[in-house]
Amino acid sequence: MAPTSSTGAAAPPRPIRSRRAVWGERGIELLIYASGMSAIVFILAILFFIFREAAPVLFSDRFSLTQFLFSTEWYPTSVSNVRYGTLALSAGTLAVTVLAMVLAVPFGVGGAVFLSQFCGPRLRETLKIIIELLAAIPSVVWGFIGLTVMSRLIVTYTGAPVGVNVLNGGIILALMSVPIIVSIGEDALKAVPDSYVEAALALGATRWQLVFRVLLPAARHGLLAAVLLGVGRAIGETMAVLMATGHAVQIPHGILDSVRTLTANIAAELGEAPAGSEHYQVLFLTGVLLFIITMLVNLAADLIIRGARARK
Amino acid sequence: MMGQPVSGTRLDHLTRTITAAALLAAIAVLAACGGGAGGPQPQTTTIQNKGSDTMVNVAQAWAEAYKRAAPAVDVEVSGGGSGVGIAALIRGTVDIATSSRNMKPEEIEQARRNTGQTPKEIIVGYDALAVYVHRSNPLEAISTEQLAEIFGEGGATVNWAQLGVAIPGVTDDTIVRVSRQSSSGTYEFFRDHVLGKRDFKLGSRDMNGSKEVVELIGSTPTAIGYSGMGYATPAVKMLRISAQTGGEAFPPSVENTLNKTYPLARSLQLYTLGEPQGAVKAYIDWILSDAGQQILAESGYVPLPPEQRHP
Repeated sequence: MAPTSSTGAAAPPRPIRSRRAVWGERGIELLIYASGMSAIVFILAILFFIFREAAPVLFSDRFSLTQFLFSTEWYPTSVSNVRYGTLALSAGTLAVTVLAMVLAVPFGVGGAVFLSQFCGPRLRETLKIIIELLAAIPSVVWGFIGLTVMSRLIVTYTGAPVGVNVLNGGIILALMSVPIIVSIGEDALKAVPDSYVEAALALGATRWQLVFRVLLPAARHGLLAAVLLGVGRAIGETMAVLMATGHAVQIPHGILDSVRTLTANIAAELGEAPAGSEHYQVLFLTGVLLFIITMLVNLAADLIIRGARARK
Repeated sequence: MMGQPVSGTRLDHLTRTITAAALLAAIAVLAACGGGAGGPQPQTTTIQNKGSDTMVNVAQAWAEAYKRAAPAVDVEVSGGGSGVGIAALIRGTVDIATSSRNMKPEEIEQARRNTGQTPKEIIVGYDALAVYVHRSNPLEAISTEQLAEIFGEGGATVNWAQLGVAIPGVTDDTIVRVSRQSSSGTYEFFRDHVLGKRDFKLGSRDMNGSKEVVELIGSTPTAIGYSGMGYATPAVKMLRISAQTGGEAFPPSVENTLNKTYPLARSLQLYTLGEPQGAVKAYIDWILSDAGQQILAESGYVPLPPEQRHP
């Protein structure tokens, strides 16, 4: 067919889409909009649900918020004197999380730096697969390791009377957080523009100078995000700490003391607290407390990152 | 919250692989289950059984053995605690509630108001709550008063030296108290019968199961704790118990439980709404027979003496 015959005519007609295609596309747009918005709906629904379950106890005469926040006495099923103090539980959560982060942050950031700067491509791929596998180990398996292997090691090497304690929980949580910090931290380091690296190398920087003076400062927001995700995992983790921390209501005086965390307490007691009872409502209030703590951590991270950006 | 974009392609890939493997496994399991469901089904009766965590293992064992004895009857067992089972009975949603404590008068009244029927109690066996210490602990006997000083709020005993006990090879002889989570029926029994309804001292290691208590004591020379007598292991020792300090102490055993000389013995019971009828009655009669009692004994509890059994 001669090509000239068609080009001689007027501009080709605009393709007309069928009505079905137009509406179909609109429908799909609506659908993905809804899935985007569903995150907000879910978080509001969760908030509404836990607050609704917890609210009645806040207005009960027998409940005092001061006692809830600042007393260490947790006697939810006492026959003579019921007391709902969560200070020891909060202290337990804090102690285990801080110890986990002290152990996990140097390892996690160090691992991320090693992966992105100091190892060959083949070793990096192998290590990344193994680290991701480490992240996929179920928490109950970590708890099991804490309960059996780690507790025996702790008793042997520290002379502690009981191997399930803050140290055990901290080590287990650190092991669980490191893969997250490494994966996300490595991505953050990879996202530093190549031009920065090239410029530093062109100026004659050594590898260490490159890492400490260029990469880490440039990737600090991403690294902070990685660390905070690790913190989030540590605060929210339940099964492993339930098994590894010894489950004792007390303010720890050292890393060899047993503690109980807010999450472990909910997991252990909610199953047997009669639905709708005061004990049940207080456990939901503990959930609200956890929610507020994680929200504050996230908010702090957001503010730090934003503050840093504003100063630039 | 995150300052940098995060690429997760590898993680996605990994997740897909794992999901695919899980799906395959699920399909295989479904297929295996489906294969067994062929053929005509006889008419089955279902008995709902809920309650005590102490008894959930034996209730499950009963249900499984009874399936062989009477294939047309399905017994569905769930735990949750004695209180949960009793609450369900009051609502009338279960046929049998298992309980390691007695129903309180107000609960009986509630059940009568709600369902118009009076709960019937059937004792199906006994359990002795044993006090365990580590195998290397030289202590052999203890009184309930001494236990209250160790475990009770305000109790003065914190070291083994205060009891005149020296544990070999231990420098710090602080007593490690092993207890149960506060919603456990065993915890309530110990509080009511040893501490006289006072509260526990805080700082005890509160385990989530009878077995965990014994395991922790087995690995801790300075520990003491309580659990069912069926959970004993070679790493721990059961103490003899006296009601008063200096009084005669009795070991937890079948005879001492039945003749009530052991201070921490309790009965295990079933509750039904009104007199048990039909399939429920047949099931309970079977539990009270030699076959059912044999299973109870194998689960580590104290069976009924022969004269209380069903012929």
